[in-house]
Amino acid sequence: MADSTSPPGTADAGDPGPQRVVLDAEDISRALTRMAHQILETNRGAHGLVLAGIPRRGVPLAERLAAAIEAAEGVRIPVGALDITMYRDDLRSHPTRPVGHTRMPAAVDDAVVVLVDDVLMSGRSVRAALDALGDLGRPRAVRLAVLVDRGHRQLPIRADHVGKNLPTSADERVLVRLEETDGSTEVVITKPAPESGSSPQEASL
Amino acid sequence: MRHLLSAADLEPDDVTAILDLAEEMADVQHRSIKKLPALRGRTVVNLFFEDSTRTRSSFEIAGKWLSADVINISAKGSSVSKGESLRDTVLTVAAMGVDALVIRHMTSGAPQQVTGWIDAHVVNAGDGTHEHPTQALLDAFTLRRHFGGDTGSFANRRIAIVGDITHSRVARSNVLLLKKLGALPVLVAPPTLMPSGVDSWDCEVSTDLDAVLGGVDAVMMLRVQRERMSGGFFPTPREYTIGYGLTRDRLAALKPGTAICHPGPMNRGLEISADAADAANSLVLDQVAAGVAVRMSVLYQLLGGEDQQ
Repeated sequence: MADSTSPPGTADAGDPGPQRVVLDAEDISRALTRMAHQILETNRGAHGLVLAGIPRRGVPLAERLAAAIEAAEGVRIPVGALDITMYRDDLRSHPTRPVGHTRMPAAVDDAVVVLVDDVLMSGRSVRAALDALGDLGRPRAVRLAVLVDRGHRQLPIRADHVGKNLPTSADERVLVRLEETDGSTEVVITKPAPESGSSPQEASL
Repeated sequence: MRHLLSAADLEPDDVTAILDLAEEMADVQHRSIKKLPALRGRTVVNLFFEDSTRTRSSFEIAGKWLSADVINISAKGSSVSKGESLRDTVLTVAAMGVDALVIRHMTSGAPQQVTGWIDAHVVNAGDGTHEHPTQALLDAFTLRRHFGGDTGSFANRRIAIVGDITHSRVARSNVLLLKKLGALPVLVAPPTLMPSGVDSWDCEVSTDLDAVLGGVDAVMMLRVQRERMSGGFFPTPREYTIGYGLTRDRLAALKPGTAICHPGPMNRGLEISADAADAANSLVLDQVAAGVAVRMSVLYQLLGGEDQQ
């Protein structure tokens, strides 16, 4: 895992190329606080809310949103993890993928489930998450919260709550790093050298 | 993973990956919609030349819960009973476009041989007196939960495997797998049911069950396989029970919390008493439930990714 305590522009292991920090830890914190308020506003309070993070980084983001909601409303809402590996539409084009952890803390039936992910791009992950959720129950409503929406949608999906809209070109990569998973908190854009392979941090979906 | 033929082929990391995924799969058993789409469009054939209830049905459920199409072929009522050879049967099935073949055969090594004839993934569901790797994996899954979690919890655990070691593919696979995980299997059998060359298994061997029982963390009772015994291995069933059955008295001699396992089907009153089979620390039904989760995990590992032909 690339350590990102290095300043922007410094090449990580795996050479992701030059980096540009677009959100630092405080920006991310402010964005999540705003999103938490938007979620409460849309839902008219915390009643019936369940946050479902999509592993890996969606889960710590969901935890942070829940903490911000608790700070605003004084209510601790349940947070779960919804792994989408077995629902992906590209399972057959990769070697067998390791399956992540799915735990939903509360009944999905009749809840308002907010899916939480780090980067929204093609929309295919969200499509997979909707299918995965449908196998767990029948929510009253499903909403989508993402830290970064970078465009390039391939499916008719949009986010309800967005931390930052980040217009990017298709050959750029958006890396979301969180203290919980990566040791630091920031969002960076990189433009990898043409010959470099894909990094596990690549948020291409 | 291309095939699953022997517990010997699995490295400790593979085992951990299979068991961890099986934990995820086990959650599906408690959902109202028991379905995952991972193997949609895949076809799994259960080709069983020997009788089986739990292995065949748990492979079938495992495949179906992963959305594969599952077909069962048993020797009885198929063209096998008309004299077709194993090779022709397998080639016929493969020609229909099968992705995985789960095979049980009375000949040791048959699944290995099948891998040379067809492109499909092959899973050994028990071959003669050789191996039964998914049984060993589900036993490891059940014991790992009992021991408290990670694969490291097997270190230096003494696990008695009691009964007909000679004819038992379950014992063979379990010894291989448990040793890889750092556990210490102890084989217990009457001399007539201890295989020749057991020294090469490199584990503790005993003919005295009572001397072993008090010092183990788990006992695996093996079924007395009457169908494989053409006589002379022990004088009477009653004498077998006296020497090697997990009777009520022996149940009391176990350390508190000792796990009791049996691969099934049980001969109650022969190798295991009703008291032991129904004891609070009996994991027999946990083993059955684990069978589905572990087989889901194995099928996903084999079929979940791109074709690697």
